[in-house]
Order: sequence, then C-alpha cells, then structure tokens
Amino acid sequence: MTTLVLPLSEAAGEDVNPLLPHTPEIIFGFVFLVLLAILFAKVVVPKFEKAYADRTAAIEGGMEDAKQAQAEAKAALDKYNAQLAEARQEAAKIREDAREQGAAIIAEMREQANAESERIVTHARAQIDAERAQAVASLRSEVGTMATTLAGRIVGESLEDEARQRRTVERFLADLEASESARQAVGTDG
Amino acid sequence: MIAGVPTEFIPPGPQNFDTPPIIDGVEWFTKPVLVSALSVVVIIWFYWAASRKAAIVPSRLQFAGELGYNFVRNSIARDAIGSQEYMKYVPYLCGLFYFILLNNVAGTIPLVQFPTFSHIGWAYAAAIMSWIIYNAVGIRKKGLWGYFKHQTMPAGVPVWLMPLMIPIEFISNIVVRPISLSLRLFANMFAGHILLLVFVLGGHYMVFESGNVLLGGVGVITFIFGLAIAGLELFVQAIQAYIFVVLTAQYIGSAIADEH
Repeated sequence: MTTLVLPLSEAAGEDVNPLLPHTPEIIFGFVFLVLLAILFAKVVVPKFEKAYADRTAAIEGGMEDAKQAQAEAKAALDKYNAQLAEARQEAAKIREDAREQGAAIIAEMREQANAESERIVTHARAQIDAERAQAVASLRSEVGTMATTLAGRIVGESLEDEARQRRTVERFLADLEASESARQAVGTDG
Repeated sequence: MIAGVPTEFIPPGPQNFDTPPIIDGVEWFTKPVLVSALSVVVIIWFYWAASRKAAIVPSRLQFAGELGYNFVRNSIARDAIGSQEYMKYVPYLCGLFYFILLNNVAGTIPLVQFPTFSHIGWAYAAAIMSWIIYNAVGIRKKGLWGYFKHQTMPAGVPVWLMPLMIPIEFISNIVVRPISLSLRLFANMFAGHILLLVFVLGGHYMVFESGNVLLGGVGVITFIFGLAIAGLELFVQAIQAYIFVVLTAQYIGSAIADEH
C-alpha cells in the first residue's frame, strides 16, 4: 500500500518509534487496571454473586416449600383416611355391640316374662287352692247344718246335744271323705 | 483545496500517533490518558449503577450488567481456569476485558477515534500486569521451584529431551508470553488505525487536493471502503480485547493447573 503513495522520508518528520512506551502511560495503565479490579472485587462481584445466590436460594426455596406442602397434604390425607377407617371400624363395633345388647335384652325380657307368668300362675293356683279350701270349709259347715236339719226333720228327733250332733256330723263327713277318696283312688287306678 | 495545484500526500505513519499534551505544561495529560480515564469512568459508572441495587429480580440495567459480567465470568474465566478457583480472578479479568474493549472501541467512536492501545505503553502495562498475576499465583500455589518445574518440564517427555525442552518451555511460557500479549494488541490497534487513516486521509487527498478528476472518483470509492474498514476494525477491536483476556485466563489456568 505504501508503494502507491509518495516517499515519506521527510514527511515522517520526527523520529517516532512506536515500540517505545511513554512512561506515564504504563503508570496510568497500571493504575486504571488496579482501579477497575478493585471496583469489580469490592462492588460488582459481591453484589452480583449475592444476587445469584439469592436467586438460586429463592428457586430452591420455592421448590422446597412446594415439596413440603405436598408432603403435608399427603400426611393430612393419610391421617383423614386413617381416621375414617377407624370411625368405620368403631361404627361396626358399635353396631355389633348394639346387636348383642339387643339380643341380651330380649333374652332377659323373655326370662322375666317367663318368671312373671310362672309367678302369676303359681299365685293363681295358690289362690284357687285357698278359695277351694275355704269353699270346702264353708260347704262343710253348711252341709253339716243342712244335713243335720234335714236329718232332724227326717228322723224327727231333736238332736239338741251339740256335742253329739257334732260328733255325728264329723263321723258322717269322715265316712264321706273316706268313701270319696277310696272312690277317687279306685278312679285313678281304673 | 485549490484544484490544479497538487500538494504532496503525506502518508499516515507513526507520527500520526504523536499526541501532544492537551494542556500546555502538563506533559502526561495526553489524548490516550484522557480517553482511557473516560473509559474507566464509564465502566465504573455502568457497573456501579448496575450492581448497586442487585436484586433477585433484576432491573434492565442490572440485567445488562449481569450479561456483561457473566460473559467474562462464565465464558472466559470459568472455562479457562476451571470451576474450582476461577472466582478469585474474575474481578481482574472483568476489569481488564472492559478496559481493553472500551479503549479499543474508542478507535471507532466518532470524535474520539483513537485506540488507546495503539500506544504500546498501555499494552505493556496490561501484559505485565497479567504476567505478574499468572506467575505470582503459580508460584504461590506450587512454590518457586515447583512452579518452574511445572512450567518448563512437561509431563511425559523423556529425560534426554529435557535439556532441549526446558529452555524452550521457559522462553515460551515465561519470557515470550507478555511480549506476544502486548505486541498482538498493540499491533492490531496500531495497524487498524493506520489502515483507517490511509483510507480516510488518502480519500480526502484524492478528492479535495489531488486536482485530478479520475483520482477524485477513486477517492469516493476509497471513502466507502473506509467505512467498511471501520466496521471490520470494530470487529477486530472487540476480538482483540477478547483474545487478550482469554489468553490471560488461560495463562492463569495453566499456572495453577495440577498437571499438564
């Protein structure tokens, strides 16, 4: 390219060697580079690195939170499921108990009713016996009187003597009873 | 400008990189110093504002800052140094990358249009800094003797080759690296700037000062080409910043690597 242009011998003027440095420029070069290195080391790098670390922490923290929330939800679900199963089991147990209790109550009631009816029957039987005995007793005296009166009228003999009268009646009745029981015994035998 | 009176074309050369003091008497305050100081201010402002209220949900500015920071942190530092120890070097690599990037791109930014690293002093400063750092971390990790052994005696090389290997490895790993780092960056910026100057000054000369219509037509094409070259330069400027930082990270990574 230099061949195109005119000779430069006198044009070059001062003798400038571009490889020789100006001392102030080397010094300024050092100073500026150190200054910039300090700026980056003290301000830019710490600030940016902190921002990066915060950013990483924020992202990781968000993921951690989500994971934790998921775990919590799962734990709650498990707990509710467990509680539900427990409640179901309990309900079944209560039903079972109720059934058993119902059966027991019915059995008890039945027993009580049986006892009551038995008692009523016994009582009635006793009453009947007593009434019968009473009836027998009253009949006995009435029959005695009526028979005596009848006998007196028939015989025409006044049986005033009480003792004798009673004896006679007693004897009659005893005979009567004996014959009756004998007949009865024969009846049952036959 | 007067047609018919051709003036001599002065081709761009090293003298175009001569930057006089901006303020008379203050020798050190030159254009590259101003540009690089501005770049430092821009980087500090941007990253300070982007990271000041760094939150989990980033603002737009923070998002942009994280994008730039992550590029160096993950694509350069972590890949080259390994996920164990790379965080220690991220601040330097970040500062280095954006410092070189902005100062390179300054060669394309209108009105600024001066790549700081076309003055080799800056390239030396960055390369020496990287050289000190990778050697220092290597020595601190393996001890002086262990580090030199690590850098000059590759594993698996037969003993009889060692007399050959040790000087070669020493020169390539310890001596040449800062030189190649600084020269690559400087030369790319220097040559790129000269290339642009050739197209722009040449086009200007041909159109306005040569007094030749034919040359004027060529000059217009030259201008258009200059634009294309500027686009290419933008690409080269970004690539060079990337290469410088990737190589620095790789040197650090190889200095502290456990085995070859």
